[in-house]
Amino acid sequence: MTESSVAIDHATSHPALQHHFENMEQQREAGTIGMWVFLVTEIMFFGGMFLAYTLYRSYYPAAFAAASNHLDITLGAINTAVLIVSSFTMALAVYGTQVGRTRMQNICLFLTLVLGLTFLGIKAVEYRSKYEDRLIPGRLIPGREFGPQVAEANDTDPHKLHLRDGASVRQVEMFYWIYFAMTGMHALHMVIGAGLLTVILILSLRGRFSPEYHSPVEISGLYWHFVDIVWIFLFPLLYLLGRHVH
Amino acid sequence: MSEHIVPVKVYLTIFLALMVGTVVTVWAAFFDFPWRLNTIIALTIASVKATLVVLYFMHVRYSARLVWVIVASALFWMGILFALTLSDYFTREWLPL
Repeated sequence: MTESSVAIDHATSHPALQHHFENMEQQREAGTIGMWVFLVTEIMFFGGMFLAYTLYRSYYPAAFAAASNHLDITLGAINTAVLIVSSFTMALAVYGTQVGRTRMQNICLFLTLVLGLTFLGIKAVEYRSKYEDRLIPGRLIPGREFGPQVAEANDTDPHKLHLRDGASVRQVEMFYWIYFAMTGMHALHMVIGAGLLTVILILSLRGRFSPEYHSPVEISGLYWHFVDIVWIFLFPLLYLLGRHVH
Repeated sequence: MSEHIVPVKVYLTIFLALMVGTVVTVWAAFFDFPWRLNTIIALTIASVKATLVVLYFMHVRYSARLVWVIVASALFWMGILFALTLSDYFTREWLPL
């Protein structure tokens, strides 16, 4: 292809076409591949933490079960449902841009954002209750060291730790280090995702996207679905592991 | 435009499958299965859910082969991370951890 014909192509092409791509399709594919390569690094990043969890769970199974049972399974399950719905609305938002249904696209982007913020709100409630039960590990909160009350044999107080089978408080603390590291890092990703979605929503409301050009929406969708997948694994591993032992 | 548009019905089906999977995984968590089956069941359900999200919500099923290769390489690399690290730790019985 001669230089002049490429120049002519670009002169009549979509305004969003960057000069180093031949056509919109190539640009779209390159953007998608770029986001996927980033997601690979994220998979390795979270993978390291999942590895730490696997290791310490295998060494302290009783303590991990006891610690996990202290988590609020209802809130965790609701959060899982919230994220799955948000992935659905995100997919519908991308669909809306593909077929040019701007109202659907904007409503679904907005719903995804609201659901993401709902997830964070519920997480805040959970973290608050951990703070109250003195389960924030180490000295993360100065003056409020890790120090939950351990329940005696017949005490059914839900705010106390119910240990069994040789589990120790130190081992339970290890669970909570991993719990806060993983859910905290996940929540940080949610915050970034919410920021991303806010920008995308504003651009969408300004009419920036069309069936010919919507890759920023698609790529944000990839990020959002990835954060959902991390939670899909976090929920059973952190919240459900000891429920059958009770 | 050669981009494949996934119909809303497919998204709806996948969404319902994900919700059913969540209900099943919570329900199964309360039963005491023998050996390590509880963990295996939970991880299998989670893997199926993740696969559905990757293939359909993230459009990998309809994407170029290069995207498939990239996703597969992520799983492969994580596999190396787990295999090599755990084989080190789990052959250390003679050391107190």
